[in-house]
Amino acid sequence: MTALTITLNGERRDVAGPVTLAGLLAQLSLSPEAVVVEHNRRIVRRGELAQQAVAAGDVVEIVHFVGGG
Amino acid sequence: MTSIAEHPAQASGLDDAPFVVAGHTFRSRLMVGTGKYRTNDEMVAAIEASGAEVVTVAVRRVDLDRTKDAGILHHLDPKRFFLLSNTAGCYTADEAMRYARLAREAGFNDFVKLEVIGDRETLLPDADGLLVAARELAKEGFKVLAYTNDDLVTALRLEDAGCAAVMPLASPIGSGLGLLNPYSIRTIKRRLSVPVIVDAGVGTASDACLTMEQGVDGILMNTALAEARDAVLMAHAMRGAVESGRAAYLAGRMPRREVAIPSSPEHGMLKR
Repeated sequence: MTALTITLNGERRDVAGPVTLAGLLAQLSLSPEAVVVEHNRRIVRRGELAQQAVAAGDVVEIVHFVGGG
Repeated sequence: MTSIAEHPAQASGLDDAPFVVAGHTFRSRLMVGTGKYRTNDEMVAAIEASGAEVVTVAVRRVDLDRTKDAGILHHLDPKRFFLLSNTAGCYTADEAMRYARLAREAGFNDFVKLEVIGDRETLLPDADGLLVAARELAKEGFKVLAYTNDDLVTALRLEDAGCAAVMPLASPIGSGLGLLNPYSIRTIKRRLSVPVIVDAGVGTASDACLTMEQGVDGILMNTALAEARDAVLMAHAMRGAVESGRAAYLAGRMPRREVAIPSSPEHGMLKR
């Protein structure tokens, strides 16, 4: 296990690695069905989350729907 | 004389064409937002009272420190409501397209309420950015509902860009100033082939009714409900107002006259 420093939702954050995007969501207790993930500005399909490895320095955005007009 | 029961519009509800956007038929001409409510319970109750099927949502970062506080889908059943995601808060075409693509990936539908804002004080739309984003997103298969000014030429260009619907404002977002330019809205409706849905600015039921009386296909509101003292009661009022406005439009109003015409017969008066 190594700590990876990534930029997650705009903040520098250490995550336990090696890890995939699916693993990252699990670490954060987030359900893949409830969110959309953008990895280095590329949207990642839910089916690909388990294949995409997270590397140090990556920029990850995790978004969902909130109230809006 | 036709009795009420024999009149088809009365007997079977409003005799109206279905409300269709990009091949999708919606049961209500009233669309509502989900922002700014005091509580989620009040939001859900207000949406229920409004009778709306289409509800708008925004795309935002998950709050990683409070994941319990979660998104809107914990409160709204996406099987019961049609989620229309917006690009609110976006100031460039690129930014708006990024949000639209993220929203589509959520997997509910390929509709987007496209907003490209041009001014922070008024939140008025950036017509140039809007056209660039609308053209590209339409090419990518999005059903674009474009939030725009009450300007006919921009509306025509948006239609030409491939928008599924055009959404001119009644007045600025969250202003509650009501329908500022009925003529512009009427003209946009008359000239466009795609549905025209007025978005933003209505404050109370009479605003919504007056807007629907212009003949537009639908109306979208948020703050008028969320900021009413009683959001649920206002939602109920808005539902009635939208139905009344639509019915009045279909009924065809009487002409305006500068002189009075008596409603009671002039014949048969007692001798003076």
